[in-house]
Amino acid sequence: MPAVQETIDQVRLIDVDQYKYGFETEVEMEKSPRGLSEDVIRFISAKKGEPEWMLQWRLDAYKRWLTMKEPNWARVSYDKIDYNDIYYYAAPKKNPAPKSLDEVDPEILKTYEKLGIPLREQEILAGVEPQRRVAVDAVFDSVSVATTFKEELAKAGVIFMPISEAIREYPDLVKQYLGSVVPVTDNFFATLNSAVFTDGSFVYIPPGVRCPMELSTYFRINEKNTGQFERTLIIADKGSYVSYLEGCTAPKRDENQLHAAVVELVALDDAEIKYSTVQNWYPGDAEGRGGIYNFVTKRGDCRGKNSVITWTQVETGSAITWKYPSCILRGDGSRGEFYSIAVSNGMQQVDSGTKMIHLGKNTTSRIISKGIAAGRSENTYRGLVSAHRKATGARNFTNCDSLLIGNQCGAHTVPYIESKNATAVFEHEATTSKISEDQMFYCQQRGLSAEEATALIVNGFVKDVLQHLPMEFAVEAQKLISISLEGSVG
Amino acid sequence: MLEIKNLVVQIEDKRILNGLNLTVNKGEVAAIMGPNGSGKSTLSYVIAGKEDYEVLDGEILLNGENVLEMEPDQRAAAGVFLAFQYPLEIPGVASMTFLKATLNAQRKARGEAELTTPDFIKRVNAAATQLEIPKDMLKRALNVGFSGGEKKRMEILQMALLQPSFCILDETDSGLDIDALRIVSEGVNALRSQDRAFLVITHYQRLLNHIVPDTVHVMSSGRIVKTGGKELALELEANGYADYRETEAA
Ligand SMILES: Nc1ncnc2c1ncn2[C@@H]1O[C@H](COP(=O)(O)OP(=O)(O)OP(=O)(O)O)[C@@H](O)[C@H]1O
Ligand SMILES: [Mg+2]
Repeated sequence: MPAVQETIDQVRLIDVDQYKYGFETEVEMEKSPRGLSEDVIRFISAKKGEPEWMLQWRLDAYKRWLTMKEPNWARVSYDKIDYNDIYYYAAPKKNPAPKSLDEVDPEILKTYEKLGIPLREQEILAGVEPQRRVAVDAVFDSVSVATTFKEELAKAGVIFMPISEAIREYPDLVKQYLGSVVPVTDNFFATLNSAVFTDGSFVYIPPGVRCPMELSTYFRINEKNTGQFERTLIIADKGSYVSYLEGCTAPKRDENQLHAAVVELVALDDAEIKYSTVQNWYPGDAEGRGGIYNFVTKRGDCRGKNSVITWTQVETGSAITWKYPSCILRGDGSRGEFYSIAVSNGMQQVDSGTKMIHLGKNTTSRIISKGIAAGRSENTYRGLVSAHRKATGARNFTNCDSLLIGNQCGAHTVPYIESKNATAVFEHEATTSKISEDQMFYCQQRGLSAEEATALIVNGFVKDVLQHLPMEFAVEAQKLISISLEGSVG
Repeated sequence: MLEIKNLVVQIEDKRILNGLNLTVNKGEVAAIMGPNGSGKSTLSYVIAGKEDYEVLDGEILLNGENVLEMEPDQRAAAGVFLAFQYPLEIPGVASMTFLKATLNAQRKARGEAELTTPDFIKRVNAAATQLEIPKDMLKRALNVGFSGGEKKRMEILQMALLQPSFCILDETDSGLDIDALRIVSEGVNALRSQDRAFLVITHYQRLLNHIVPDTVHVMSSGRIVKTGGKELALELEANGYADYRETEAA
């Protein structure tokens, strides 16, 4: 290797991992006692000022969870998690429930500023076209610290608030829908979440309303040894539309941290929900120390006829990702879509995919998954497409492509297809490719560095998916993908 | 401008270049002709910095600088451009995007400011018009599904845009129809200047009617075995390489 390249590599080694959001915020936190018990659940429930029914719901989940076993079928491996060594609740001591931004701890505001998340409506309004505005719910460890544009959204009839607030203010809506898509008993992590969830967003779009702006939640894990258990519930009533985006980051730490979220979407007749995720939890260092365990359950229920749910995800972070955003296509003529880019580098492990459960007549689904593995990472696509006996005319198209960078990583595709209806048509395509040395040389001959060349080729590879992200986030995602692959070549 | 001294190169234990010497001066257009497998493409790859080749001996100097110590992208920024015999496909990357990324990367490497988008588009359009490349093609993924001739034209478009000082054309004429050959040659001729040199690899005298060379080199078994003026190409066209193969045996 020529001397110049060696110098570049030496310089690069000084800062092996490129995670830009690994800083820590100094704020005094109030925490629940360490570990998990009925008392801890009561503590969380009391902190949130919850009604009795909610506490009971949590306690039932907890009892159930005690009888369950952690799943082990995913292609990931990690040391046993000690569930009694985790803090399940952590909130800023000063004013955990601020009424306005002026009451939020300046250190926390600074954190979001550093992360580039706009929390001040005036600043967002200045110079930006109205249709580009995004309402943000900012969740810091276990609590929501700010939600923007609430009043303006309320004028359109849209409810957008922390779920802890919704439980108090809209108990009937919450009671009707919470756990109706992901039952309390669904799986080990979902049940755990049901017992201890702390915050997350609640969205309700009334019939016929097109949500006037993008909604988004930004999750930040800051506190050490603390798990984040967020819960998000989105209901799109008949004929409504909403586009929602979720983002997340965490400081660099040597210990692993657990993030076990549950997201439930309900789309009634003719409603459409677009749910996009840009997941950038701390992935751990080059040796695989630290990083977030991202064990989440996301499911959408196309409950009404002709309803549409689209999941778009860009997954670049986390030490381990275990997530399968799915659609239950219950309503006749409903449609489910899953567009995914999963990038793994270093020692990251990804086991992700989707489930499309066709129950109604003439339901359609589409899956486009792009897995990119670099370093010594393992990247698995796992997907299920099934058609119920009654799902006449069900159709699915699946396309899974994997791209390998280097020869120490692995990509795997595990598709399951179950059809109980002879009229169902399921198509599946899969490819695995490597960036060829000739392609790299060609790009470098034109002046791109090895890293720029990789980023360009990878961006070409994921293009079909990127175009499904809201525009302003597509650009972000593109940058993020490049950053996560830094150090994967050379 | 380019000086190659006693270059010995092997790939997977197979010697391909055997003490090659070659000098190309500023403003010069040098043609290289030679039998299949004599090492012409290998030479162009080694100048451009392709990894697989092992340089056992010799040196390559570009304006006095040792090229062999540079990464391919540094060589590109220093002015080396290779129009590939077989251009690569980059799926999902619009030609326009590729052009912009490479142009700005080179500008950055040379400490120049990035081009603004309107400025860039103006330049691309001008070059595309000259080479009769339809705008729609620039929106398509680079070289994906392009015909052989379209790929070659795209190579010259890149060259026109990047304005390199040392241009290697590896069989750019192969795959071009008669009109395309004229268009591409005009594109190349338009770039001829006092500060720019060309190394034109070809099998056919025909191209050299359009791009008239100052010198013609004959390559055989990894060496330049004869150098002459443009009339040498005519001689080769008439007699083939028989004379030079003997040199090889000697
Ligand atoms: N990767 C490789 N491994 C082994 N041999 C190789 C490799 N690459 C090239 N060669 C050999 O090196 C020799 C020179 O090849 P090169 O492509 O440089 O020839 P050329 O002069 O460009 O031929 P043509 O006129 O057909 O384009 C050939 O014999 C070729 O088979
Ligand atoms: Mg050749």
